[in-house]
Amino acid sequence: MSTGSRQEVALATAVPGEAADRPEAVRLSGLSKRYGSGPRGVLALDRVSLSVGQGEFVCIIGASGCGKSTLLSLVAGLDRPTGGEVAVGHRRVAMMFQEPGLLPWLTAASNVELALRARKVPRVARQERTAELLGMVRLDGFGPKRPHELSGGMRQRVALARALAQDADVLLMDEPFGALDAMTRDLLHDELDRICREQGLTVLFVTHNVREAVRLGDRVIVLSSRPGRVIEEYQVPDDGPRGINTPQTAELASIITDRLREEMGRHGS
Amino acid sequence: MAVEQVLHGLDSLELEPSPAGADAGRIARKAWAATWPKLLAIALVLGLWELVALSGWKHLVLRGPAPVLSNLWGQMQHEQLWGAIGSTLETAAVGYVTALVIGSVVGMLVARIPPLRAAFGSIITALQTMPSVAWVPFGIVIFGPVNSAILFVVILGAAPSIANGLITGVDYTPPLLLRAGKTMGLRGFALYRYLIMPASLPAFVAGMKQGWAFAWRSLMAGEIVINIIGHLSIGQLLTTDQSALDFTSTSAVLIVILVIGVIVDMCFTKADLFIRRRRGLLDASAAT
Repeated sequence: MSTGSRQEVALATAVPGEAADRPEAVRLSGLSKRYGSGPRGVLALDRVSLSVGQGEFVCIIGASGCGKSTLLSLVAGLDRPTGGEVAVGHRRVAMMFQEPGLLPWLTAASNVELALRARKVPRVARQERTAELLGMVRLDGFGPKRPHELSGGMRQRVALARALAQDADVLLMDEPFGALDAMTRDLLHDELDRICREQGLTVLFVTHNVREAVRLGDRVIVLSSRPGRVIEEYQVPDDGPRGINTPQTAELASIITDRLREEMGRHGS
Repeated sequence: MAVEQVLHGLDSLELEPSPAGADAGRIARKAWAATWPKLLAIALVLGLWELVALSGWKHLVLRGPAPVLSNLWGQMQHEQLWGAIGSTLETAAVGYVTALVIGSVVGMLVARIPPLRAAFGSIITALQTMPSVAWVPFGIVIFGPVNSAILFVVILGAAPSIANGLITGVDYTPPLLLRAGKTMGLRGFALYRYLIMPASLPAFVAGMKQGWAFAWRSLMAGEIVINIIGHLSIGQLLTTDQSALDFTSTSAVLIVILVIGVIVDMCFTKADLFIRRRRGLLDASAAT
């Protein structure tokens, strides 16, 4: 029976809080974030603990109000937690947003170069590295274009190249493909997958899209809403190339979707 | 099919096809399209002016376009007009550049230092609404009837607009860009230099444009009110012609004032268009 086997998959793969056989890259311990104080304050994150292994791709999924973006801001150091702590060791952290956030007055190449400049890379090396990074996201020859001359998918790739230019070990992605059409998104999944493997990046990827999470993640973390807590974890079986439309992806995605709906239903009653 | 190939295909499909090359005919058509409305406007104004002059209303003061334009042509043959224009523009340039420096420094400080903002933010706006002629008595008392008094009025007229433009620009820097800059590791001065300043540029140019309008008005007011012996200027020319009851010449000088103001304003408009086009803030069809 299909439901039975789904349950089995879910139970067999749920490994709470631990990254399997990899050195730890990011550790969140009892991380909480409250906005405002007193009875009117909102608890966005409630004691979230999570360990992400070096080179691991972890997707975080949850309904609205689960504090997904807050979580990333805390890891990026853009915001301070009200409880618990984030440890990233000496690793450099880069972040990508749903909007590419490119500087509109600079060309694609200069946008990438600015990240290198911020790290004080010397000029000659900067130009070389910029060309290399644009090649990595397959935008060779598009360096002189300005952001408004590029398509949404291309802009997001420039943003990825810029994030890579920060020479980060940890890449935080806040729904980076949320505003793209499905076809572009599929292609970018393949590209991101390739680049992360090549570069050995540790990724924390926040999304609303369950299939996307299963397609990309080594592990999928489900957060509850208001406040955000880790309620479930799914290890995605590593059995060869994945696609957004394969039966394996669809199967795990539907298990996770059911769990998410259950969680959302709690808020309806 | 390889992902790479599909991606390249999608990229080329998504990019707008580049417009056909700019041949001579196209450029001429564009130039004509930009020019004829202006010519029409000038013709309309001249026509109305001629009608009013023909009606004989206040005919001693209000001369028709023909005598005024021929008077202007006549004045353009003499050095006096050019000398006046030169010296006025020099005052304008010195005053405006000084206002630019003061306005930028004050604007930057006020935009980034909250206590200064609380103290001076509204004062700057108040200064901006103040008619600059009101400063003339102060200028004369402090500097005496010399060119410095006029410069003082010009700077006080222009600097607040420039400062305000910069403050607005800094305030309206998109938070997303700031976050992107911070995650990139841009801090302190580098964040200013590479992110906040360029992001403020459109509002700053708008402030500069407004500052110019104020500077030009203040300059004219100053030159008309403050009589500097032996100092030739457009304002001086206007006062002399007026007291000689030569209203044809007066009208000709008015045209000079108007034309200079419009030309400088056009330069600012061009700069503004250029910036917006580079940033993709302009509809391609509106870009002329």
